[in-house]
Amino acid sequence: MLDVKPGSNLLFDGPEWSFELLEKARDAIEDIALNDLGLNVYQNQIEIISAEQMLDAYSCTGLPLMYQHWSFGKHFARDEALYRTGRQGLAYEIVINSNPCISYNMEENTMAMQTLVMAHAAFGHNHFFKNNYLFLQWTDADGIHDYLAFAKNYIAACEERYGLDAVEEILDSAHALQTQGVFRYGRPPKPTAQELEAMQRVRDGHESARSLLDIWTDATLGKTKEGEHPDEPQSARRKSLNLPQENILYFLEKHSPILKPWQRELLRIVRMLAQYFYPQKQTKVMNEGCATFVHYYIINELFSQGRLSEGAFMEMMHSHTNVVLQPEYDDPRYSGINPYALGFAMMMDIKRICETPTQEDREWFPDLAGHADWRAVLRDAWANYRDESFIQQFLSPHLMRKFKLFTLVDDADQKDLVVSQIHNRAGYKEIRRSLAQQYDLAYLEPDIQVTDADLSGDRRLILSHTVRDGIQLEEKNKEEVLRHLRTLWGYDVCLNAVETVVER
Amino acid sequence: MHQFIDRRANPKGKSHGNRQRFLRRARDNIKERVDRSVRDKSIQDGEGVAAEGEKVTIPSKGLQEPRFFHGPGGNRKHVLPGNKEFVVGDTIPKPDGGSGQGGGKASEEGEGSDDFSFTLTRDEYLEILFDGLELPDLVEKSTVETETIGSRRAGLTTAGTPNNLNLVRTMRNSLGRRIALRRPSAQAEADLEAEIEVLTGLPSPTKAQVALLEDLQTRLEALQRKRKVVGYIDPIDLRFDTHVPEKIKKSRAVVFCLMDVSGSMQEREKDLGKRFFLLLHLFLSRCYEHTELVFIRHTHVAEEVDEETFFYARETGGTIVSTALDKMREVIAERFPAQEWNIYGAQVSDGENFGNDSVRCRKLLLDDLLPVCQYYAYMEIVEEGADAVLNNPEAGDDLWQNYRTVKAQTPHFEMQRVSHAAHIYPIFREFFLPRIKGGQNA
Repeated sequence: MLDVKPGSNLLFDGPEWSFELLEKARDAIEDIALNDLGLNVYQNQIEIISAEQMLDAYSCTGLPLMYQHWSFGKHFARDEALYRTGRQGLAYEIVINSNPCISYNMEENTMAMQTLVMAHAAFGHNHFFKNNYLFLQWTDADGIHDYLAFAKNYIAACEERYGLDAVEEILDSAHALQTQGVFRYGRPPKPTAQELEAMQRVRDGHESARSLLDIWTDATLGKTKEGEHPDEPQSARRKSLNLPQENILYFLEKHSPILKPWQRELLRIVRMLAQYFYPQKQTKVMNEGCATFVHYYIINELFSQGRLSEGAFMEMMHSHTNVVLQPEYDDPRYSGINPYALGFAMMMDIKRICETPTQEDREWFPDLAGHADWRAVLRDAWANYRDESFIQQFLSPHLMRKFKLFTLVDDADQKDLVVSQIHNRAGYKEIRRSLAQQYDLAYLEPDIQVTDADLSGDRRLILSHTVRDGIQLEEKNKEEVLRHLRTLWGYDVCLNAVETVVER
Repeated sequence: MHQFIDRRANPKGKSHGNRQRFLRRARDNIKERVDRSVRDKSIQDGEGVAAEGEKVTIPSKGLQEPRFFHGPGGNRKHVLPGNKEFVVGDTIPKPDGGSGQGGGKASEEGEGSDDFSFTLTRDEYLEILFDGLELPDLVEKSTVETETIGSRRAGLTTAGTPNNLNLVRTMRNSLGRRIALRRPSAQAEADLEAEIEVLTGLPSPTKAQVALLEDLQTRLEALQRKRKVVGYIDPIDLRFDTHVPEKIKKSRAVVFCLMDVSGSMQEREKDLGKRFFLLLHLFLSRCYEHTELVFIRHTHVAEEVDEETFFYARETGGTIVSTALDKMREVIAERFPAQEWNIYGAQVSDGENFGNDSVRCRKLLLDDLLPVCQYYAYMEIVEEGADAVLNNPEAGDDLWQNYRTVKAQTPHFEMQRVSHAAHIYPIFREFFLPRIKGGQNA
């Protein structure tokens, strides 16, 4: 606890930061975050980095360790060009879902910005990572560093042994299928007793044994997929292959007739990382909203305690306002709904509904309106929802009016776009449902599954794309990805589009 | 506990490996663009490649990362913010491009733009530009290296001057020796002294205390003796860094740029000449640690000038090529002894020469210059569209014919004709393509 003499109550004065000031600010923020908001965070590891290092971090999707691939070099070159020519600024921070929670702060930030960034990333995002059910169920914050180190070394060893080209070919193909490399609903089948025993054998001799992201594959287990019976009927065959399978990379890793053990391991690495990032894709609005709400609350609290100068507070508010700006649809700056704006507004709205509910709020949110503890309500929302369900549950008519939301129907058969709903009593529910759907990855991303593969016959791999609302795959990319898929499968691959009629 | 880590001192360039892989993948495309950029490069920017690197734009073909994603079409719904006047049922004409309202969803992953721009560093640029090129005649005639004396660390010695004292090693030895010889610590001495002081301060010590005091005093004496005998630092501990002088080989090159500046050499000819010199200089500066340029221009007299004058000053007069060669010989004799410098000659002319001066040029080259030169390149600039001359090495004026005899006799002499800026780079490449080992000797 800091005991600052009255009169010099300020955490800092002036733009320059130093490690002492950072520590002082961190302690003050932590006090509010833990004791007032009741956040529960991983231990923080805050790293100060330079602009070049930030660019480096960009290209490796922010991870502190990453295997090497040309596409990261390409992204680096692009980001660097944009940055050098001043067309794109750099983020103030990057934060990683790991334990301890690593956040990178730019050295160029002023002390006020460092304070804001710490509240945002080291406490806001950190709390979200540690408490949201998706992250808890699907990622392993303790093991990710070990796994990344393993992946980097493994791929480097493969490059050494099999050549850059051979590794690049597999990685290219695996990257093309990255979005199809996640389990959306079900976990992979549990390992058999025999597999578990083999895992344990290898694990005994391995350092990073604690990792939940098990790195043990058929490759390390030896042969386990013997005994495909040639005469089994299709249904039995599909059962033995666990079909239909939404995780194409997983399927290829387990069943591709041509891949060598190390190639399967590469697929596994790519899909493990895709799975690791999948919760972040599903919670953009909530994650940013949570972090923004936390920093907003904390800096206001600090200011009202007299621990921030007016200048520093103005600087933070200026930055905050830029972050939560939501341009309207006809504004040249408009590029979709800003997740910071929506998330922050919704969380502020929840607080409002708890504190000063209107009659409308009481109708819409009987459980929430007038709730005694908005902090508990928010913590519960942060822990148990993802973007889609969060919007579906908490978007209020008040907010829809504030954002002046409306729905456009874009039907390829119609000449014009039609305004189907606006922010009025008749439209609230429908707008809320449409907006929630806009954040449903299962709806946004094409639904492609492996449906059949006759391993003892012609070995043709059959995929089906479930077409919803008549939305087809982009043709050129589809062909390219299928080419990659053939590389990994080794035999013919065909993708069937299956039209479905979904009532809307 | 939350902690801060200062990573700023960590090496940057963590994604260097990624960049190399990227350049490797895009190599062919990049190479083509780099070659073209050299061909079209403005001569005004002097050094050619800016220190901060060269921007290149390559087609993104082969660099795409395809994904499955939804194409345009179908039946979609979008929720947008900022409704002003719309009511339910209003229609809006579709913007061009079909799915423009999709918030960029449709084109995000696709090939939004066909080209990909980024910046190559100077080193990368030169590496690609001169990929596969080599210094001529490295086999037959080794490059000249001069030697300078530098110093190199050569481990530790037990003797030396105090300024070279290696503190870490010395103290390590000292500590080891003190532990081995059980040198009492200052703390132990102070403890004993304190104890003695307590005892001597007693008003009426008992017998046992007196005995203890005596015992302590003998122990203290022994301890102090031992501390004296076993020094804190003994000469035996001392270690010094040593450096030994070393010969460092340095290679340096001088490039002689010779150009005819008589009236017949117009802007176009000079421009072509400049590109050629520029490439030569860039290339050599990559091969040698140090390169110098000497500019010699000539009409019927030759003089050594600075770069500015060389390219842009106007001069009138006749044309006597041998004056320039004379001048070059003079400068070599004066300032660039052949045993210390790698000498390169590059001559640009439109092929005109006075009377039978060309014979003299041939003699000068064969007798005086070529024996001391690593390489000599002659570039003749012909009229645009003069394809007949361009493609026929038989044809040509006096100077050309005489140089042809030189070429026949010496392998490190090259000559080419150009008529257009686009010819320069291919010709330059031709000059410096690695030779098959074992040519004739110079």
